[in-house]
Amino acid sequence: MKQATGLLTGALLATAAFSVGAHAEGTVKVGVLQSLSGTMAISEVTVKNAEMMAIDEINAAGGVMGKKIVPVVEDGASDPAIFAQKATKLIQDDKVATVFGGWTSASRKAMLPVFQRTKNLLWYPVQFEGNECSPNIMYSGAQPNQQIVPSLKWAEKAGYKKYFLIGSDYVFPRTANLILKKHIAKDGLKTVGEQYVPLGGTDFSAVIAKIQAAKPDIIFNTLNGDSNVSFFKQMAAAGMSPEKLPVMSFSIGEQEAQAMGTKLVQDSFAGWNYFESLPGAANKKFVADYQAKFGKNAAITDPMVHGYLDVYAWKAAVEKAKSFNPDKVRAAAVGLKIASPMGDVHFAQNQSLVQTAYVGKLQPDGQFKIEWKSDGAIQPDPYDPVAFPNKSCKLH
Amino acid sequence: MLDLPLLIGQVFNGFSVASLVVLAALGLALSFGLMRVINMAHGEMLMLGGYLAYLTFLVVPGPLALLVAMPVAFVGAAAVGAVIEVSVIHRLSSRPLDTLLATWGTSLILQQGARDVFGPIGVSVTAPDWLNHSFAIASGPLAGLSLPATRLFILLVAVVVLAALGLFIAKSRIGLLVRAVNQDRMMAAASGINVRQVDLAVFCLGSGIAGLAGVVLALLGPVTPSVGQSYIVPAFLVVILGGLGSMVGTTIAALILGLVSALSQIFLDVSMSQVLVLVFVIVFLQFRPQGVIAVRSRALEE
Repeated sequence: MKQATGLLTGALLATAAFSVGAHAEGTVKVGVLQSLSGTMAISEVTVKNAEMMAIDEINAAGGVMGKKIVPVVEDGASDPAIFAQKATKLIQDDKVATVFGGWTSASRKAMLPVFQRTKNLLWYPVQFEGNECSPNIMYSGAQPNQQIVPSLKWAEKAGYKKYFLIGSDYVFPRTANLILKKHIAKDGLKTVGEQYVPLGGTDFSAVIAKIQAAKPDIIFNTLNGDSNVSFFKQMAAAGMSPEKLPVMSFSIGEQEAQAMGTKLVQDSFAGWNYFESLPGAANKKFVADYQAKFGKNAAITDPMVHGYLDVYAWKAAVEKAKSFNPDKVRAAAVGLKIASPMGDVHFAQNQSLVQTAYVGKLQPDGQFKIEWKSDGAIQPDPYDPVAFPNKSCKLH
Repeated sequence: MLDLPLLIGQVFNGFSVASLVVLAALGLALSFGLMRVINMAHGEMLMLGGYLAYLTFLVVPGPLALLVAMPVAFVGAAAVGAVIEVSVIHRLSSRPLDTLLATWGTSLILQQGARDVFGPIGVSVTAPDWLNHSFAIASGPLAGLSLPATRLFILLVAVVVLAALGLFIAKSRIGLLVRAVNQDRMMAAASGINVRQVDLAVFCLGSGIAGLAGVVLALLGPVTPSVGQSYIVPAFLVVILGGLGSMVGTTIAALILGLVSALSQIFLDVSMSQVLVLVFVIVFLQFRPQGVIAVRSRALEE
């Protein structure tokens, strides 16, 4: 509406309308940017739901510093270039105060220059490969030392000796597997294969033939999106269900398992920092609230909880900084205690979340049974000391 | 040393990939050969077939759902194909570039329609139990080779469809009319053949086969609103490589592509092997621009 009036009354008025857009009339705009279509929709639609739920809850409780949050939802369409384009649109046209979103590291890498140029702030909800340290991103998802490395150490303790790495062909799986390979070699074990399939790829015949030839003890799976459906279907058809050949996945949560059909992925392992089955009153309440809103069978995943807590972290940081200015907000966010379904969490000096690692095993009811949990919360480290020695991340 | 079971397994996988691509591409080859129409919405017929299979599996549970789903998807996709032919393609029949854009628009409409009806997250079809095993060879020089029943089934479907289509074109009266129109549209029309109806019939047939391809695809992967997009490019590729409009050429080209892709994957990543496949097609077309089988048709010479 504002935009339409602006167009009618000329460029000058339009500029004036935009410049007050973010804070006019007791509202503040924020961007919500996830893939609502394409191969990543299987994972990201529900993250958007969780982020919207947090915004609704905050609005119902009086908003942020007395201002109602107005979310502007955009579809990244599983395409990094569209993510960058939509991020630019959100910041420059909609004048959002901050953006919640992203899933694949390819999408984050594509958005990064936009956020650095505009000095805005992205709240990123998904585990990733580290090796990045930007003041314009709050990394709430796990760093490698909070997810993939602890999961590997668990597998080593469980006695798995031969590892097969499979991933989608982009920066997260490639970097994650680089880290995994260095750790596997350092611990005297063997990587018997490493294969990549383009994001959204559906043909795993050759990969499966290679798995059969390599005879691994366990597969470490960093496939993202609905390629996982094809992979598990074709593995099952080749007689290698997760029950027979264990699979440890890093992008399959309760939601993906449900969408794929639990039977297909049952008995596979997953490494995350949150499972729907975790105990705790805060988690029980979050699950109940979400299911009241999105249906009683709606599944909850780790990135959804991170997306949800990101909105609350932003609110808390804005109120501490008494400003919507991204630089002040990110400074205020560090060390700030945030209540979340995972319990109380906080961001470290490197703008990453301090959190506990878990390994779960998928049960027939679609929930993960916790097999292992790290010894307390792990300090985030973007630069794995084995794979990227002598690098460190200091932002504050 | 090259692993023999892996090699034979990959040859089998090559045939398996080829069988999928040929099912996806036959409709394109048919409609291009006959009408010179580049149908960008062809991939969405696969998608439609997949969703129809999903719905059939909901309505008809049990081991025979798959066998019911195939005729349902064939008829459903053929019907939607008929609507597209009558409402879009026929009206733009002598304007190839406009058809390209209009069918692309149709493809977007169908994708968004599926997104609105079924949601952006894909649905999944569970293969019936009688397909849920594989034939593994446990001893001998081929120990370790295993052939999944699903893939054998898809191969079988492709062979049956190709044989039936071949017979249909060669022996049936409609087939005769199709061949006549294919050779010379003007002469066929002049000798009293209803060219319009032949166009419609062929387009429906092509769409129906794509619908069948959608059903077998659902056994291997998820059914999503954009599933057709990942098959339309390989399908166009084999149509071009095969020699525009030739069914035999399309089949041979699909086999070549499937084998090149599968065999190169013994040594290469999936991404690299896709690069190799495209380079192969470019080089091949440099030396043989008319494709594997050159079709002599006045329709294509004008």
